[in-house]
Amino acid sequence: MKQPAEQTAVTEEKVQSPALKNMKDLVKKFKRNKPAVVGFYFIVILLLIAIIVTVLDRMFGVIVTPHHPNDINLIDRFTGPTAEYWFGTDHMGRDIFARIIYGMIYTLGIGFASVIMGALVGVPLGIVAGYYGGRIDNIIMRIVDVLLAFPGILLALAIVSILGGSLVNVTIAVAIYSIPGFARIVRGSTLATKKLEYIDAIRALGASDFRIIFRHILPNVLSPIIVNATLYIATAILTAAGLSFLGMGAQPPLPEWGAMLNDGRSFLRDAGHIALFPGLAILTVVLAFNIFGDGLRDALDPKLKN
Amino acid sequence: MNRKNKELLSVENLKQYFPIKGGIFGRTVNNVKAVDDVSFTVYEGETVSIVGESGCGKSTTGRAILRLDTPTSGKVEFDGVDLVSLNKKQMRKMRKDMQIIFQDPYASLNPRQTVRQILNEAMEIQNVVPKSDRDDRIAELMKTVGLQPFQADRFPHEFSGGQRQRIGIARALSVDPKLIICDEAVSALDVSIQAQVLNLLQRFQREMNLTYLFISHDLGVVRHISDRIIVMYLGKIVEIGDKESIFENPQHPYTKALLSAIPVPDPEIKKERILLQGDIPSPIDPPTGCRFHTRCPFATDKCKEELPVLESLSHMTEGHEAACHYAKEIETGEHKPTKDITKVR
Repeated sequence: MKQPAEQTAVTEEKVQSPALKNMKDLVKKFKRNKPAVVGFYFIVILLLIAIIVTVLDRMFGVIVTPHHPNDINLIDRFTGPTAEYWFGTDHMGRDIFARIIYGMIYTLGIGFASVIMGALVGVPLGIVAGYYGGRIDNIIMRIVDVLLAFPGILLALAIVSILGGSLVNVTIAVAIYSIPGFARIVRGSTLATKKLEYIDAIRALGASDFRIIFRHILPNVLSPIIVNATLYIATAILTAAGLSFLGMGAQPPLPEWGAMLNDGRSFLRDAGHIALFPGLAILTVVLAFNIFGDGLRDALDPKLKN
Repeated sequence: MNRKNKELLSVENLKQYFPIKGGIFGRTVNNVKAVDDVSFTVYEGETVSIVGESGCGKSTTGRAILRLDTPTSGKVEFDGVDLVSLNKKQMRKMRKDMQIIFQDPYASLNPRQTVRQILNEAMEIQNVVPKSDRDDRIAELMKTVGLQPFQADRFPHEFSGGQRQRIGIARALSVDPKLIICDEAVSALDVSIQAQVLNLLQRFQREMNLTYLFISHDLGVVRHISDRIIVMYLGKIVEIGDKESIFENPQHPYTKALLSAIPVPDPEIKKERILLQGDIPSPIDPPTGCRFHTRCPFATDKCKEELPVLESLSHMTEGHEAACHYAKEIETGEHKPTKDITKVR
């Protein structure tokens, strides 16, 4: 008679992975932070627009905006915002609205690509430094300290002047500049994680360092990595725009926002809108990433329960 | 128990110092002498307990034996192989024969893995069971430690503390070890659960001929499970002997003080309680001579200068050794305490 009772007990309990449960908790906590949710949706919408317009342009040759971003229309140059040119035109009569829409892919692309590249280098460095400690830790972290000692834009500038100005090189420069942040954060989390008893248990079983690092430590340091990455995208976009503004990044006629800002610089007094709209675009995207990143950090922080 | 059995583990002059770094260049300015020159032998099939108060180096000894921390110096011979001289890869193979059960059943299991994944990984690392048989082995292990096989797909947080400790034990057993180090394995559990887990451990010892090195501060538990006992104080062994000798005929003043602290569950019985003065000194700069002299009621100038060695005296049983200059004199009553330290409760 004992058997059926046990059976019901089994079916009642639903096994829920703690990873899945944490994910649900995270979403719930994140949703309470309204600005962060707005930031998140804003980023998603921008990403979708950027990808869709680029795909349509490159694969089908379809331009969704009223004007082609690179069409020069000298008659209409320096036009302020009108019904035809929503954000006005620049000194060559190009539609600023179209250029911002088509430039979005470069700005977001640099942001994501550089942060991913930086994480791919910085995270392993940080884990190795934290896990092995001692001399290896010292060597890695001192190199990272040297990188960190340079002001970001200066470092990126130096790298770009060595590699030459292009979109790819800007991405590499910003990636290098984001390595120290990842390495430091990951090292700290690794130091905390490797002290846990279950890491000792798995070591006592004879697990290799490789297995311990990838199976047991990496999943535990993932959340600070994600938060850091989100916040770094904003910085990366800003740095990339700065480099383009200085003429070291995207080359004309690419509608990169930083480069557009630079175009408008000479006409600030007479036609401020040329610089204003790319500037506003950079501001909103960076702000969205920052608010989203902050919200994500708060949601992932176990100390902030409510 | 039986001295005729073969030696399984022999620890010789084991030292575990943790450097304290200081200064601009991170030089080693001093050492925490957590374990300082400890030697003992564990025979196959017996249970040896290490007791002592917090910070005396008992857990560090266990970790050094397993090379979870690399010992500063000394020899750890397991089954005839010196573990300290092995390289990482050779050591990984040796780990199959020696396992550890930790104190905290909440911290010793990865919260992101199911019990099945935990046990499976243990077997995968040492490759003890062919892949196709692992599920059967997991079910068998679960039953052995008193859990249901269907519970294997649950996560650690769905179990109680005692159940988790059973999972920890199942993990240790999954690789068929010869020696299990129980590092305060039952200290975090309720008394009733403690008894269950201890009985489980004793059953496995009989069935699988396991050897235990049982690290604990709980003398009641130690009395229940041990064959032999090692008493440690500030990184050194002060007394070693079989259970009866230690409990019935303690020789070292520290052991006596420790034993007098065992509560007796009878309010009618008046017990002499030896109260030690002061705190345990810092292991960074331990006292010279006998390390216990700062708190010992019998201490003389000799104790401050000369380090006593472990020795067996005529009134002690074979294998019972104590490190005290005045063991004999105290026993015969020739050497009186310099201060009154007893208190009748």
